[in-house]
Amino acid sequence: MLLIPCPHCGPRPELEFSYGGEAHIARPRQPAELDDAAWANFLYTRRNTKGAHAERWRHARGCGRFFNVLRDTTSDKILTSYPVGAPRPDPRAADSAAPESAR
Amino acid sequence: MRLRTDGGGRVDRSRSLRFRFDGREYQGIAGDTLASALLANGVHLMGRSFKYHRPRGVLAAGAEEPNALVTVIRDDARSTPNLRATQVELYDGLVAESQNRWPSLERDLQRLNDVLSAFFPAGFYYKTFMWPRRAWKALYEPFIRRAAGLGRAPTRPDPDRYAQTYAHCEVLVVGAGPAGLAAARAAAATGARVILCDEQNEFGGSLLADRAARIDGMSAAAWAEAVVGELAANPAVTLLPRTTAFGYFPHNFLGLAQRLTDHLPSPVPGAARERLWQVRARAVVLATGAIERPLVFPGNDRPGILLAGAAQTYLNRYGVRVGERVVVVTATDAAYQAALDLKERGVDVAVIADVRARAEGPLVAAARAAGLSVLPSATVVGTDGDLRVSAITLGTVAADGSVRVGERIACDTVLMSGGFTPSVHLFSQSRGKLAWNDALRAFIPERSAESERSAGACRGVFDLAAALADGASAGQAAAAESGAAVAPSTRASLVEAASRSDEAVLGALPHPPGPVHKAFVDFQHDVTTRDLALAAREGFQSIEHVKRFTTTGMATDQGKTSNLNALAIVAGELGKSIPEVGLTTFRMPYTPTTFGSFAGLSRGALFDPVRTTPMHAWAEAHGAVFENVGLWKRARYYPRGGEDMHAAVARECRAVREGCGLFDASTLGKIEVVGADAAQFLERLYVNAWSGLAPGRARYGILCRDDGFIYDDGVIARLAKDRFHVTTTTGGAPRVLAMMEDYRQTEWPELEVWLTSTTEQWAVIAVQGPNARRVLEPLVEGVDLSPAALPHMGVATGRILNVPMRLFRVSFTGELGFEVNVPAGHGAAVWEAIYAAGQTHGITPYGTETMHVLRAEKGYIIVGQDTDGTVTPDDAGLSWAIGKSKPDFLGKRSLARASMRAPERKQLVGLRTRDPRLLLEEGAQIAERPGQTPPMQLLGHVTSSYASSVLGHSIALGLVAAGRARTGQTLYVPMPGGDVEVTVVSPVFYDPEGKRLNG
Repeated sequence: MLLIPCPHCGPRPELEFSYGGEAHIARPRQPAELDDAAWANFLYTRRNTKGAHAERWRHARGCGRFFNVLRDTTSDKILTSYPVGAPRPDPRAADSAAPESAR
Repeated sequence: MRLRTDGGGRVDRSRSLRFRFDGREYQGIAGDTLASALLANGVHLMGRSFKYHRPRGVLAAGAEEPNALVTVIRDDARSTPNLRATQVELYDGLVAESQNRWPSLERDLQRLNDVLSAFFPAGFYYKTFMWPRRAWKALYEPFIRRAAGLGRAPTRPDPDRYAQTYAHCEVLVVGAGPAGLAAARAAAATGARVILCDEQNEFGGSLLADRAARIDGMSAAAWAEAVVGELAANPAVTLLPRTTAFGYFPHNFLGLAQRLTDHLPSPVPGAARERLWQVRARAVVLATGAIERPLVFPGNDRPGILLAGAAQTYLNRYGVRVGERVVVVTATDAAYQAALDLKERGVDVAVIADVRARAEGPLVAAARAAGLSVLPSATVVGTDGDLRVSAITLGTVAADGSVRVGERIACDTVLMSGGFTPSVHLFSQSRGKLAWNDALRAFIPERSAESERSAGACRGVFDLAAALADGASAGQAAAAESGAAVAPSTRASLVEAASRSDEAVLGALPHPPGPVHKAFVDFQHDVTTRDLALAAREGFQSIEHVKRFTTTGMATDQGKTSNLNALAIVAGELGKSIPEVGLTTFRMPYTPTTFGSFAGLSRGALFDPVRTTPMHAWAEAHGAVFENVGLWKRARYYPRGGEDMHAAVARECRAVREGCGLFDASTLGKIEVVGADAAQFLERLYVNAWSGLAPGRARYGILCRDDGFIYDDGVIARLAKDRFHVTTTTGGAPRVLAMMEDYRQTEWPELEVWLTSTTEQWAVIAVQGPNARRVLEPLVEGVDLSPAALPHMGVATGRILNVPMRLFRVSFTGELGFEVNVPAGHGAAVWEAIYAAGQTHGITPYGTETMHVLRAEKGYIIVGQDTDGTVTPDDAGLSWAIGKSKPDFLGKRSLARASMRAPERKQLVGLRTRDPRLLLEEGAQIAERPGQTPPMQLLGHVTSSYASSVLGHSIALGLVAAGRARTGQTLYVPMPGGDVEVTVVSPVFYDPEGKRLNG
């Protein structure tokens, strides 16, 4: 079970959260202006990243807020978490700022 | 008890315990395990093997035991199969039975499998029991399962309680052997919170069986006792004996299974049998030790052949001599200490056959000095004996590798030691990286994935002094990493022990030319060297595939004693190095863990919460039959005077259509959407137009996802300019609210809108039928119920019986209808008052089944029943609901795609059977042409089907390709009894003009 750092409540067990998929995929402001391929890309194409992955979580059984997490998908290590709307941090910078470092 | 030593060990000779094994009575003593007690009685035969039913004795003394699996029986509801006799603590009156044999352990009729074993190589089942295909389920599988069973689960419910707890600590130490104790002591010295767990009843691990070493001037066991005493006195330390760390999960989350009462003569009333610890540790020290490997030679599985370290443990910890005349076969120095200990306790050690060419070093010298005969460059040609080994034939290996058969030596016990395999199970589960160490002939931890350290034998540090130092430094570093403030001061322990080489062998011992018979690698699954060679010959290259083909390492012991030997043999056959072949994956649990500990209190009524409405008690009192809808209990129908469901539903339907029905709709999801931008928010979410909806009016809303498919539906009422009362489907409430929150927080944070779940705050009483107005009129205050003042889809607030009320004029039945929303606490009283007032109007309570029939007669869909996540509003015949002039809403762009408007899409239609009494099956397929055989061309399927008592015939809804254009066509529903003819009709079967609705 992951220990997820909610930016508003602090670290809490994964049980309290629901997963929200890849982060930083904004809904187009004018969907009508997209052609079918671009719209399908927005709807369905996801990175399936190996390594640092920006993803959405919601502290559903806590403060109820959505936020973003940078997680290494190979190790499940959480590099950082940040509020909705903030830009995606550089994973290397986030890594060195992580509170716990493995030996 | 000639096999029990006169003194020493961790047992209490003054307390004798009686126990039964396979119906025979024996005596043991306090501190025994079932295995040590049986050995003290001269019993080595404890099980039969899985496939060949060969007699098997105990091999090990701990969790790795593959052979001695027993069922311990307390009473008819408490029998636990597949327990390792080496871990079962003896108590007075213990009853155990061996497994996998019939009629008895001594005479097992399926021993025939062993005689015929040439015909049962690896993969035999896969290749043989293939045809005819149908025989697999009926014949082969039940037969094989019975033949190869591993104990039987009790059939009665588990009467025991299981507790669960969470814990946090700075340092969790797994394993309380030398390294673990040293680590716990060093970590605790910093003031950190420490949890130390060990699967055994007593802390100390190998120290408890080490009679030779001295630490800080004490015996090894005394030193362990002293450290445990010191830890026990520290309030920041939690000691968990009988606790297996079975799983290592991300972010230093570990599962520990603590056995609380299994070692006691009887279960303790009210006390939990086990406790599941879910521990989040800042740092973890794994000190899980190492497991001695058997040697692989022909006939290495006879009872009486066991690991040298196990024999040493039985002798020094339990005071039991495992035999009277012993031959030791070894690749390690460790077995020499075992031989010396046994000799000192009066056991005749016939010879130490050392498979190494050069047998030397302090322990070898000590053995020679003690008069033990040592045979270097040795190998084993074969063994004799049936229910117990009676002789061993040794050989010697020449410099060119050839084997000369040597003498046959009579013995009752053979001890073997191939080397030690570090227990990296938990490390590997934590996704740490292992590396092959050629000097140690072992995989050892290389890089941790978590805040974790391995210490001692589990990372190849076998020497006692080195393991103690390794543990201490790991404990210290773990505490420091988790933020311990106090500078630790740990002095090194002074150890006196003979030094040992780390030499070891892997794979099969050399043997003379010709086939090798019955050289077992995996004892529990009966995998031999021949099976592994066959796998390689058949082309299996990956160790994962070899594992599945031969089943090596797949038994309940998960190959703890066998995996490395199997890997070495496969590598040899493939001509690859061991690291090239690689290890199979370690998965939790480390040892079998009860389902009870995972379930905890989540059983029976506590398995899942039950949601009931405020009117539940009334429905119960009035004989309702309930159905589960999600977690809700909903009244399905109210049978009267012995009615079946069909009769009750027919009566309830007529009552609603002809008079008045009363329905509990409280389970509907309700969300209060409030704020200056509430209308705008709904405008962007739902397909409908909302801005033009006047306060006091409601509208049927459809919510799609952005893929254009229907996600949920419900009536949405506008109570004020900035306030909406949104209803959702019963099952959809949480996910609709979550979806709304998602858009509110992440896509449109600029909108001023707040969302509140009010599902449980409102009781909803639907009053439906031509008499509905007459029933309600005398009860309500402040609301004009006349059609002009409150037309269909009108909403008003007022009071009923002096209780605040939101009154919706809505109908899910097609009749004149009202839904009375009152605060939940008043629901039961208002319901009863309406019921009483309705008596003169024939008011009839009805359930969900009737609700379904009535809505289907009107062609109203149920999301999730008539839709399945691939249905657009237009497919469902609901394109009228879409706000066409809106610039955007969820799904609009997807609905604009050409394929979403294709005329051949599946559309919701009505279906009439030619025979009016015939009821179609929901889910049945629909075909264009009759008389087809599979594979058929199919057009769609039936989504809803009911008998309509009001219409006098059955009705059905279905999704049919180009369905609306087929109105009037005859289609066919292929069923086992033949095609059923159906006619495509409008989905609105009843009152298509909606006159009654607007009445």
